Amino acid sequence: MMTELKRIIKAGFVNFTRSGIVSWAAVLVVTITLSVITTIILLNAVLHFSLNQIKDKVDVTIYFTVNAPENKILSLKGSLENLPEVQQVSYVSAKEALQLFRDRHQNDYPTIQALDEIRDNPLGGYLNVKAKEVSQYESIANFLKSDDTLVLGSTSIIDKVNYNQNKTIIDRLNNIISGAQKLGFLVTLILIIISIIITFNTIRLTIFIAKEEIGVMRLVGASKMRVRGPFMVEGAIYGIIATIVTLIIFFPATIYLGKNMTNFLGLNIYDYYISNLFQIFVIILLSGIILGMFSSFIAIRKYLNK
Amino acid sequence: MIYFNNVSKIYNKDSVALDDVTLVITTGEFVSIVGHSGAGKTTLVKMILADDVPTSGTVFFESINVLKLKNKDLTKLRRRIGVVFQDFKLLSNKTAYENIAFAMEAVGKTNEEIESDVPHVLELVDLGNKMSHFPYQMSGGEQQRLAIARAIINQPELIIADEPTGNLDAINTYEIVQILKKINDLGTTIILTTHNRGVIDSIGKRVITMEKGKIIRDDKDGKYVI
Repeated sequence: MMTELKRIIKAGFVNFTRSGIVSWAAVLVVTITLSVITTIILLNAVLHFSLNQIKDKVDVTIYFTVNAPENKILSLKGSLENLPEVQQVSYVSAKEALQLFRDRHQNDYPTIQALDEIRDNPLGGYLNVKAKEVSQYESIANFLKSDDTLVLGSTSIIDKVNYNQNKTIIDRLNNIISGAQKLGFLVTLILIIISIIITFNTIRLTIFIAKEEIGVMRLVGASKMRVRGPFMVEGAIYGIIATIVTLIIFFPATIYLGKNMTNFLGLNIYDYYISNLFQIFVIILLSGIILGMFSSFIAIRKYLNK
Repeated sequence: MIYFNNVSKIYNKDSVALDDVTLVITTGEFVSIVGHSGAGKTTLVKMILADDVPTSGTVFFESINVLKLKNKDLTKLRRRIGVVFQDFKLLSNKTAYENIAFAMEAVGKTNEEIESDVPHVLELVDLGNKMSHFPYQMSGGEQQRLAIARAIINQPELIIADEPTGNLDAINTYEIVQILKKINDLGTTIILTTHNRGVIDSIGKRVITMEKGKIIRDDKDGKYVI
């Protein structure tokens, strides 16, 4: 059994080197497929990065009335933090709000003067709420509506929640994000299917060239596995070499993109490529080997059943 | 050893490859099958290998019904038969040595056996100095001798030689026939198809003559008569 396996692997290597240009044509096609896959991985990274940045800019702020007691605000903060949808709640007290306001308008003399004129702090505290997903702001807003601890006497301690102002933007963003993800997935799927079909046909062609040999091997009494094995090994070799070539090609490509496109993309592709090199390597190596071996396996079937 | 019982192969009404052939070949025989092209010689020998299926009738190799064999058992049967073709059917991307070694690997011989037997059999067919040549680097006669070496390497019980001299000149033809006779003398059954009159007359053994898919003569010490 072991000698059989050794012979099959050896024959695969020998066939690969002797097939010369045909082998390298197959490697080229597999390389193109793997490059498509790698490009898609990088594009996905850019897409996710951009979407996350946009999502990060979305938040909901709850403004409290001037006389809202701080303990109530803090208990609301506590219960908001307990919601599974909430990622982070930050509290800015009335004092801090005033200080922030002053800092922001330090060169705006009339405003500062007006503020000094009033003496009392006209600003209330506020809570800044960040949800884990953009789609979850609505349920947070609903929670605030239903929470009756927020009532002081007959009026609510909440001055306003800017969710309603942001609602249309949030909804639109939500649509864009889910649309972009769906479209990205669809494009990925189509591109990968096309490359697989092209690779499969190229490997089928290499096996078609060897179809006489396959018949002769069978007539000499070779088992199916003994005939098929070396072709599958060859397929795996296509995948391995194509993986190495693809990884090498993407070094200069990502260096170039990193230098020239980082501002546009918001993400340094080269840094991303280097820090995820191992994962990318594993993904395309497995894709290449599986694609090569599986294509060979299927393509040779037609000539074996004789 | 081999039994054809009422075997017919009909492609359509106007194209009949074999017409009700019944034939027995015993162990150790050297049988020549002669006839014009299209007489059904090749179809007949292909059926022993189950490389072709008859429309009706049965083919037995000893007690094995060849036509009912599953894939695995078919492989086993083919290992008991050595085949030599007119177009050699060598593995073109393998050297002479590797062509023989492949046939031995196919039946599960060890590396030691391969290393000792392959040079030996190549010497036997006078190709000792061409071991690392590829088929395209060899002449027709050399390729056919290589094919014979491959056919005999696993000591088959039967050798089928389908027009082995069809592509060869007179001298190479003579050499091939001499090798086949020698193999037969060592006890291997041989079935040879040919339309070469000189070959038949020089062998002087059983001759079966076919025409239009039928056996029209079966002579013990036959001559080429058509």
